[in-house]
Amino acid sequence: MSKKTLIGASAVAGAVAMALSGATLVASTTGASAKEKCYGVSLAGKNDCAAGPGTTCAGTSTVDYQGNAWTLVENGTCTTMELPGGRVGSLEPLDRDLPA
Amino acid sequence: MTDIPAWKDGDTDASFTDRTIPARAGAGLKPSHVDRILQDDYRIGFLEVHAENYMGDGGAPHRALTAIRQNFPLSVHGVGLSIGSEKGLDDEHITRLKRVVDRYEPGLVSEHLAWSTHDLSYYNDLLPVPYDRKTLDRVCSHIDRVQEALGRKILLENPSTYVQFEQSSMSETEFISEIARRTGCGLLLDINNVFVSATNQKYRPLTYLSEFPLEKVEEIHLAGHATDIDDEGDALLIDAHDRPVDDEVWKLYDIVIGQMGPVPTLVEWDNDVPEWPILRREAMRADEILERRAANYLLGSRHAAAG
Amino acid sequence: MPRPDSNSEAAKTVRTVTLGRFSDALLDPEQPTPAGIVGPDGKKADKRFDVYRNNVTVSLVGALAEIYPAVHRLVGDDFFRAMARTYVRSEQPKSPLLFRYGDDFADFLEGFEPAKKLVYLPDVARLERAWLDAFHAADAPPLDPAALAAIAPDELAEQRFKAHPATRVVCSRFAAVSIFSANRSGADLSGIDPAIAEDGLVTRRDFDVEVRTLPEGAAAFLQALVDGNTLGEAAEAAVAVAQKFDLAAAIGAMLEAGAFTAIATKD
Repeated sequence: MSKKTLIGASAVAGAVAMALSGATLVASTTGASAKEKCYGVSLAGKNDCAAGPGTTCAGTSTVDYQGNAWTLVENGTCTTMELPGGRVGSLEPLDRDLPA
Repeated sequence: MTDIPAWKDGDTDASFTDRTIPARAGAGLKPSHVDRILQDDYRIGFLEVHAENYMGDGGAPHRALTAIRQNFPLSVHGVGLSIGSEKGLDDEHITRLKRVVDRYEPGLVSEHLAWSTHDLSYYNDLLPVPYDRKTLDRVCSHIDRVQEALGRKILLENPSTYVQFEQSSMSETEFISEIARRTGCGLLLDINNVFVSATNQKYRPLTYLSEFPLEKVEEIHLAGHATDIDDEGDALLIDAHDRPVDDEVWKLYDIVIGQMGPVPTLVEWDNDVPEWPILRREAMRADEILERRAANYLLGSRHAAAG
Repeated sequence: MPRPDSNSEAAKTVRTVTLGRFSDALLDPEQPTPAGIVGPDGKKADKRFDVYRNNVTVSLVGALAEIYPAVHRLVGDDFFRAMARTYVRSEQPKSPLLFRYGDDFADFLEGFEPAKKLVYLPDVARLERAWLDAFHAADAPPLDPAALAAIAPDELAEQRFKAHPATRVVCSRFAAVSIFSANRSGADLSGIDPAIAEDGLVTRRDFDVEVRTLPEGAAAFLQALVDGNTLGEAAEAAVAVAQKFDLAAAIGAMLEAGAFTAIATKD
């Protein structure tokens, strides 16, 4: 049972035909330029059985970042983007927005 | 287009090499090394992977591991089964492990004497268990279940530890010996872990090794460790796998191989992973010891070196 | 190796530590080392227990940094680690497959006050999650355009498609795709206006994950197809949200990207 349609079957058929002429082209070119095999893709979020960095870092800190520690975002690449209004790319000023 | 067809349960891959792990040096497989390993004139004895990294449905990790398996024997080393878990094993995870084992036909399958999951939270660390009767029974029943599900023997690895449980009533070697006796599992002797734990818990590594059931050891692990200090300023070694194997660990390894004869030996390097030639150098050092000891090993070849 | 206390008759009470007690203290540094966790000769073991605390927290933060590399670079290492630690303390992995960790990191970012002004950050995270899920998705050959050519023209509008296991559509009110792509390729972000809305298509024809920006309406079109609607219905869904929707271009993109594997057979 088909619903009443705004786009006719012929319009769909025409679009498919048009797409196919382009797609066949793409498929044949990607097939021709077979890339050299490379297996060296890194695994993100990999399991391993090594221990971390000993007793000195983050796992034991009870002080969760407060105050202007969050301005550290200035080291991020987001600050290179500039928005109209100049607010979004950069986080400044931060201090007043932090939870107490 | 795809190089390998999607794998289905029950498939066997005729392109794989013999699964037998030779009594030579192997290396922990890192994705960044795969191309170098496949092209290298030095043929490493075997490779070992962490099972969990190959429990995805498909994609590049399986393509790389298939290429490795077509050229090398493989050892599958689980890190997520949480055999010491207080709340039972995860059936789904056992099934996933079985899929990896069925698919890649490893010569050895191993896991840790540790826990990492509690109440559905996975902590991504190999946490210690108390060495008491209750834990012993539990660990044994878990190993029975895993061996039954996989239809094969697994090896259990001795842990590196930083603390002890006051409730422990057995030594680690007694605990492990009893597990092996009751379940029939084999053992993976991590000599770096022995050195790390012995330093941290103030006993002599050789005493530990003399009490360890070496006759059940089917694989050895070597790795580097980091140095820290505890509350009193005493040495606290961290099983960091981020540097070359320590000279003291090499000495212990030499002694163990002298005692046992050649055994498949894996060099692990998981953090700050170097270029392949650096890891290969560690493997070659193990190969040298294995060859030298094989020549002196009067009782012949319990584990005959391949070739 | 010494046998702990077995022959010492010092009848002090042995303190038993359950693994539940151990795990509670792992992620909460306010809690003391569980009583009964000791060093050699029963000495105190606070720094020793901290090794485990560190292993858990640092390794999980590290996993998030690997899974969300663009978010990591956008906010910088110090900010990311502090932010990720907040997340780790509230959300531990539910699976031992670490690559599945952080499913709802994007939602966490939405509500994370110090990052609120980086309005595009959650959508960049959604793209990164989709990227990794696509990376690990099952292998399947993409739909051969010839299969479509073999169908009678008047039946095309009624066809449904089987989505490739890797296919993900991510819609954003911001320039999440451009930010993601520039970040992953190490390109300069300065030319990007984050306020321009973008939709992204994540696919994997063979082993390389591809992320592309979709033209207007194409996200609605592809999502409708993924959800099992017919080609005709999907086209209408697209026109409903985008008057300028170009059906031929969208079909071309879906074939080129390998978003589907087959024409679904009729029930």
